Amino acid sequence: MTEDWEAGGFGLYLHWPFCAAKCPYCDFNSHVTASVDHDAWSKAFVSEIERVGALTKGRVLHSVFFGGGTPSLMAPSTVGAIMDAIQRTWPTANDLEVTLEANPTSVEAGKFSDFRSAGINRVSMGIQALNDGDLRKLGRMHNAAEALAAFDVARKTFERVSFDLMYGRQNQSLSQWEMELKQALDLGLDHVSLYQLTIEPGTVFGDRYKVGKLRGLPDDDLSADMYALTQDICADHNMPRYEVSNHAAYGAESRHNKIYWRYGDYVGIGPGAHGRLTLDGIRTATDQVRMPTAWLSGVDRERQESLSGMDQAVEFLMMGLRLTDGVDPARYERLAGQALSGSRIADLQNMGLLTATKDKISVTNQGFTLLNGVLRTLLED
Amino acid sequence: MIPLSHIRNFSIVAHIDHGKSTLADRLIQSTNTVSERDMKAQLLDSMDIERERGITIKANTVRIDYTAANGEAYVLNLIDTPGHVDFAYEVSRSMRAVEGSLLVVDASQGVEAQTLANVYHAIDADHEIVPILNKIDLPAADCDRVAEQIEDVIGIDASGAIQVSAKTGQGITETLEAIVEHLPAPKGDPDAPLKAMLVDSWYDSYLGVIVLVRIIDGRLKKGEKVKFLSNNTVHHVDRIGVFRPEMQVVDSLGPGEIGFLTASIKQVRDTRVGDTITHERQNVEPLPGFKPAQPVVFCGLFPVDSNEFEDLRDAIDKLALNDASFSFEMETSAALGFGFRCGFLGLLHLEVIRDRIEREYDIELITTAPSVIYHVYERDGSMTELHNPADMPDPSTIDHVEEPRIKATILVPDEYLGDVLKLCQERRGIQMDLTYAGSRAMTVYDLPLNEVVFDFYDRLKSVTKGYASFDYQLTGYREDNLVKMSILVNDEPVDALSMMVHRDRAEMRGRAMVEKLKDLIPRHMFKIPIQAAIGGKVIARETLSAMRKDVTAKCYGGDATRKRKLLDKQKAGKKKMRQFGKVDIPQEAFISALKMDS
Repeated sequence: MTEDWEAGGFGLYLHWPFCAAKCPYCDFNSHVTASVDHDAWSKAFVSEIERVGALTKGRVLHSVFFGGGTPSLMAPSTVGAIMDAIQRTWPTANDLEVTLEANPTSVEAGKFSDFRSAGINRVSMGIQALNDGDLRKLGRMHNAAEALAAFDVARKTFERVSFDLMYGRQNQSLSQWEMELKQALDLGLDHVSLYQLTIEPGTVFGDRYKVGKLRGLPDDDLSADMYALTQDICADHNMPRYEVSNHAAYGAESRHNKIYWRYGDYVGIGPGAHGRLTLDGIRTATDQVRMPTAWLSGVDRERQESLSGMDQAVEFLMMGLRLTDGVDPARYERLAGQALSGSRIADLQNMGLLTATKDKISVTNQGFTLLNGVLRTLLED
Repeated sequence: MIPLSHIRNFSIVAHIDHGKSTLADRLIQSTNTVSERDMKAQLLDSMDIERERGITIKANTVRIDYTAANGEAYVLNLIDTPGHVDFAYEVSRSMRAVEGSLLVVDASQGVEAQTLANVYHAIDADHEIVPILNKIDLPAADCDRVAEQIEDVIGIDASGAIQVSAKTGQGITETLEAIVEHLPAPKGDPDAPLKAMLVDSWYDSYLGVIVLVRIIDGRLKKGEKVKFLSNNTVHHVDRIGVFRPEMQVVDSLGPGEIGFLTASIKQVRDTRVGDTITHERQNVEPLPGFKPAQPVVFCGLFPVDSNEFEDLRDAIDKLALNDASFSFEMETSAALGFGFRCGFLGLLHLEVIRDRIEREYDIELITTAPSVIYHVYERDGSMTELHNPADMPDPSTIDHVEEPRIKATILVPDEYLGDVLKLCQERRGIQMDLTYAGSRAMTVYDLPLNEVVFDFYDRLKSVTKGYASFDYQLTGYREDNLVKMSILVNDEPVDALSMMVHRDRAEMRGRAMVEKLKDLIPRHMFKIPIQAAIGGKVIARETLSAMRKDVTAKCYGGDATRKRKLLDKQKAGKKKMRQFGKVDIPQEAFISALKMDS
């Protein structure tokens, strides 16, 4: 019998929790520390891989993703040791995707060829903006010229390169964003992640926002206009949206992230890493301790929680509708034990937010901008 | 037995936050009435809501033994009274039960509205008044200015005002001495037939109803049979005592004393504030000023979760046992399901009851628009009392509608008089009198109660910066051009938002309502028309535009759990809304929509 996760694939996420500096918008589990014992971290990751490998024997691994924090600060030898352990542990797909998140500085660009040798074949670069003033405001340590130079090195080193841009920044106008996005797309890349700046609680921006000190953020209307414009420009450049914030040329999508959105199984190791693993037929949420020192100690490193059918169905729908491909309603029904409400689907169709056929439900262009509302409507009791 | 000459009965008059409760605490503490170990802040305010809002709803009392500087032992009885206009009657009764008042004024703030309203109750009751300037430890304290203000505004001599810091304890002994020196001893005849005033009462699950009494004449002993004059009921007294502030049983109470009795009374309803108590076979003249409690403001209370209806019924039953002024009957609403139509003394009373249900019984409530009782005369000559605008009969059958009116008395420094008159005119008031006392103006208005129940008091306070005092009494019913205004959201009528309005003010109220609702209802994925209508005629309309963007920018493997829980939380949040057709209306909209800003 096939298990539900097989419809999404199997990947591994590895979290490197350290950064050279914390960015004011970032709510990821990242820490700034004076020194890192690379050897100890390398050993700990390898032992985690071996532990999880024993629970998932024989599965074919489709992707590995080094996220953070700033994994480009890892020693290439650590990456190499981890990749060796992975190859020893699981059979891997012929087209195994191995992505590393990288900061676009000259220091890191200098390590790219060593990362390539260690087994990385894709990098995702946190460029964020193409003008120096905004990069400073976002707390980034690179400037635009340095970023573009690092991107050039990356392109020459790796098979696949993507980068992130952030828009909806303070005092950013629609036309400024249009120019910046076109400049980025003219670089001729085949994958880009375009995120609208989100103010998260517990970040420097979040604190400033709360006291009214973060001014010039776009209102609801400008946000919506920026998102719509982004879609138009990307489509013109043959870089259509395949997920809410991700665009790729045909075939160049991130295989790793599609495992999340197709609700496959993924191993999550490293401080604060989450995973979804079907163990003995039960889909389990795993969650590792957040503080790097606690994680490294190895004591109570991971918590596990079985997910109910409904929890899985909600996650499946929530992740899956982010894709232009949409979801198979039959899969939802198998997980939830009940079908989605036909009348709610019809309501959303009438509002022009959803398209539905017997074997596929997906959101429309307009539905993407209101995805949270679409989900609430579909999942309402 | 304490001679009358060694008893002093007093209350404390103060504005909220001027330190009434803290001063009471210090008096109790410095006379060792309560041991250090049992001392906690604001001893007399027993209910959470009282503590939090710094208001006293039930009269509380404490008996303090005090040996004065002259070496004589005195008994001091403090009655702490509710201070809000909703409870004006209760305040006036408590004031009649004592001979003097401490007037506490924050030396950094000066005289404020509530101080005035209550000090006039004290003056009405012929009290001796001892002015106290509190919070003198604050840097902003200005004793000379505030003393002068007390003389100017209230018209009493403040030259001997005592300077107190209830916080540090300074001036407490002087206050106790002033109570003994300046306040009169009570009068009364121990040999006359028993005559006692029922000052307040409340329910205790072990003892039944506890009745707070002030003995005027005669003696009350345990085991006697007493009669309540208002309803001619007879009760066997099984316990007599005093508050210190916890209950302490005594054998008897004589003239001038304040204490409690229990008599296996099951319902607070049977005990009416201001009633006269005597022995079973005695006949005495009833005390003047007694009147039974009459609810004047009505609203619907519905459980947010309709499964909690029975719990709500239980909570309301229990609260009603302890509150004779609160009435209720079952109500059903197309929009809100089953609930209760409840009657209250005023808006604060409404809020207090609502908060107690939510807090003590853990039931979340939807509160509908407050309303008064209209008299609806139909063409066939019949009259019905309309407690709920939703029950308004078909307009074609109505001959005319009458509404309750009040006589409102407002005292205000003259610089705010213009704003007060404007407010009263806006509320359809008719001026009956305007006089001056020094720099204070007193104006009397005939006003529709309907215009006052919702937020008149708040508005009055805001236009006069808190310097107005306001009191009212019901005067009767009068015909006016009154119509029912309906509110339609996305073309669906929302019965819980319908209200009675004067025809001439309908457009203005309707416009204000739809504008408010436009802000209170969250944007949906579609646009929503919000309309006010009289019969089939739309008199105001707003359109709530559709939400344009609601999407999470980043959602990867590590976000799945958090985002799922967020969706669950939003679903739970939605339960606090009511669905009308496809529109979710948050519960606070039902009350906030009616608050008028101008």
